[in-house]
Amino acid sequence: MESNRRSFLKIGGICALGLGALPVVEALAATDLPKVMSEPRALVGKKWGMVVDMKKCWEKGKPGCKDCMLACHRTHNVPDIGTVKEEIKWIWTEPFECTFPTLDNEFSVENAKERPYIVLCNHCTNPPCVRVCPTQATWKRPEDGIVMMDFHRCIGCRYCMAACPYGARSFNFREPRPFIQTELNMTFPTRDRGVVEKCNFCYERLAAGLIPACVEACKCQALCFGDLEDPNSDVRKLLASRFTMRRKPELGTQPNVYYIV
Amino acid sequence: MLERALVGTQRYYRFLMVLLVLMGMGFAAYLFQYNKGLTITGMGRDVSWGFYIAQFTFLVGVAASAVMVVLPYYLHDVKVFGKITILGEFLAVASVTMCLLFIIVDLGKPMRLLNVLLYPTPNSVLFWDMVVLNGYLFLNILIGWNVLEAERKGVHYAHWIKILIYVSIPWAVSIHTVTAFLYAGLPGRHYWLTAIMAARFLASAFASGPALLILLSLILRRYTKFDAGKEAIDKLSQIVTYAMIISVFFVGLEFFTAFYSQIPSHMESLIYLFVGLEGHSRLVPFMWMFLILAVVALVLLINPNTRKNEKTLKIACGAVFLSMWLEKGLGLVIAGFIPNAFNQVREYSPTVPELMIALGVWATGFFVLTILYKIATSVKEETA
Amino acid sequence: MRIYNANRIIPGLIIFLGLITIPLWYNTGKAVPPPDPKIDTPAIQQMAQKQCIMPKSEMRTGHMQLLNDWRTWVVRDGKRLYVAADSKEYVMSLQNECIKCHSNKSQFCDQCHAYAGLDVGTEPYCWTCHIAPKENK
Repeated sequence: MESNRRSFLKIGGICALGLGALPVVEALAATDLPKVMSEPRALVGKKWGMVVDMKKCWEKGKPGCKDCMLACHRTHNVPDIGTVKEEIKWIWTEPFECTFPTLDNEFSVENAKERPYIVLCNHCTNPPCVRVCPTQATWKRPEDGIVMMDFHRCIGCRYCMAACPYGARSFNFREPRPFIQTELNMTFPTRDRGVVEKCNFCYERLAAGLIPACVEACKCQALCFGDLEDPNSDVRKLLASRFTMRRKPELGTQPNVYYIV
Repeated sequence: MLERALVGTQRYYRFLMVLLVLMGMGFAAYLFQYNKGLTITGMGRDVSWGFYIAQFTFLVGVAASAVMVVLPYYLHDVKVFGKITILGEFLAVASVTMCLLFIIVDLGKPMRLLNVLLYPTPNSVLFWDMVVLNGYLFLNILIGWNVLEAERKGVHYAHWIKILIYVSIPWAVSIHTVTAFLYAGLPGRHYWLTAIMAARFLASAFASGPALLILLSLILRRYTKFDAGKEAIDKLSQIVTYAMIISVFFVGLEFFTAFYSQIPSHMESLIYLFVGLEGHSRLVPFMWMFLILAVVALVLLINPNTRKNEKTLKIACGAVFLSMWLEKGLGLVIAGFIPNAFNQVREYSPTVPELMIALGVWATGFFVLTILYKIATSVKEETA
Repeated sequence: MRIYNANRIIPGLIIFLGLITIPLWYNTGKAVPPPDPKIDTPAIQQMAQKQCIMPKSEMRTGHMQLLNDWRTWVVRDGKRLYVAADSKEYVMSLQNECIKCHSNKSQFCDQCHAYAGLDVGTEPYCWTCHIAPKENK
């Protein structure tokens, strides 16, 4: 049989065309896609933010109070690894010079430096962690500004941890389940080893119409959560009436967690 | 041509066997890590990148150094490099292989590696790092193999190889630049936030890579009939000299900006490295060794008598490679995390399993290098 | 035609054939009972109309894809309500919705998964993170 390159290419091209036609036909013949929507009871905001009133926390709260941290870690099955090296924390406290390292005043208000400051992910408007993630396992939700984590996609490269200027992210160096000291919250998954995690502004609670666990748990109402783009929200009213600070503002990340000190 | 790697001297087989044993041990250690997680390493919440990424960073430099022989030879007709371009290209293949392996062993979920391809993210420097590293690997394999094959057949290589060679030159610069960008664009890490990061990477690459190439050429001359030639070694040593001067100068520049401005965030990492910070000084001896070796290397290299004398040249090249390894492979990555985002000093030391895995990866790289060099030298011996 | 190195090639070929046919002979003599997924949980028994999100045959072949799609919609798109073909609404959650009816993982999910050779402790690895229901055995 005489076969030359030209006829081979002709037949190959027709085969490729034929094979390529099948998915097109399938797509055109597809039935309607199922409908998915947000839950109607969800809390809606365009730019979630928080005002942390440390003054209220110190004046009204008991010293050593950990209500917000326990509520968060319990709600999200955050393990207690027990070592400084590998601890996983979504919300915790740090002293002044660790929270605001560039604001090192030689002389300042008595006790201001010893008091604890609540720190968490700032859900920045211009987040460097989102910029560096190679798989978009972390991204900023366009509808409400929450910096999300997709534990299914994370490859554990920890680039986001290097990028975050606030040390807000923790990595699961080992299997976390054996270290969950609190009772498991059956409605929220645990994580697996090899992925990065951080505060998620309780997006799953927001979807169910609930405020974040830390905000709800604080007995002194030191944590104020709301929509920064809504001029009538509690957070905006608070920001308009009191002087606030943000962590490392010189870095251009535009954090959305404000502090009243 | 691969079959030429299957026949060799007893020493060749023994060397490959040793490397295979090290690779096996590294692999066993890696299985341990795969099973238990990265907890078996010394990395932690604060120093979240450690020995693996540091080795990757250093080896990207070694990989890019192939351009230091390719560029003069193909663009400027420096004929004396004609014999050793293949050595540079194959060294690049082995180095990039090690780079990719170090990245894989560092991942928390290596089975999700393909996510970087499935969900391309052009705003992420890591995505581009994956692109340029794999591209460079592919380029050097194609170029090296085809040029060698053509030489074996006694013909000129195909025209399209020339295009790839020209592409590989800026591409080599790009693998470095992109890797430097991994560090230089992070707002929270002030030790890395310097505009000359990419320049420092290039300078140390062009010092350590050709230094290794010189040492490898001398080893090849001792154990095979392949002789790179005194002129080529001479010229390479000149390149190493200038690159080393510039490298050390760049480190000096960092010191100036940090200490003349007296800004704490600029100074602290350097203080940690060279003196110790808040009582923590684990890396101080290594950094002083880097300085001492760098000075020794410069003295031996700048003086033409010691540079041209093979014995002192060997010491100088070893000193260059080791000092650059200490500075980039140990100092750079770890000190970026110290002090951490909270201005606390939390130190890092690699663990034994971590070092074993790293050794396994280095052994893999040298295994690939040995096989490729065996093929190259066999072909060159035949066609000589 | 002579065969060279026969004393190395023939044994090599035999070993290769042995290895490549492992799936065919490794399990001879071991009969595993067919999977028997039970849907007699209290929650299902109380349902007036016993139906799942999709018909049984579709669920059996398509629950993997459905769960993947749910995962994308919930985590990445922020949508939590699924409107099934029969207009019923479900919250897209394996842990909270599917398990509401199918609370007997070891007698339902694990039945087929174990038969297919998956290690039910860790596979499908959804359960590494999504908390399996506490079953009273």
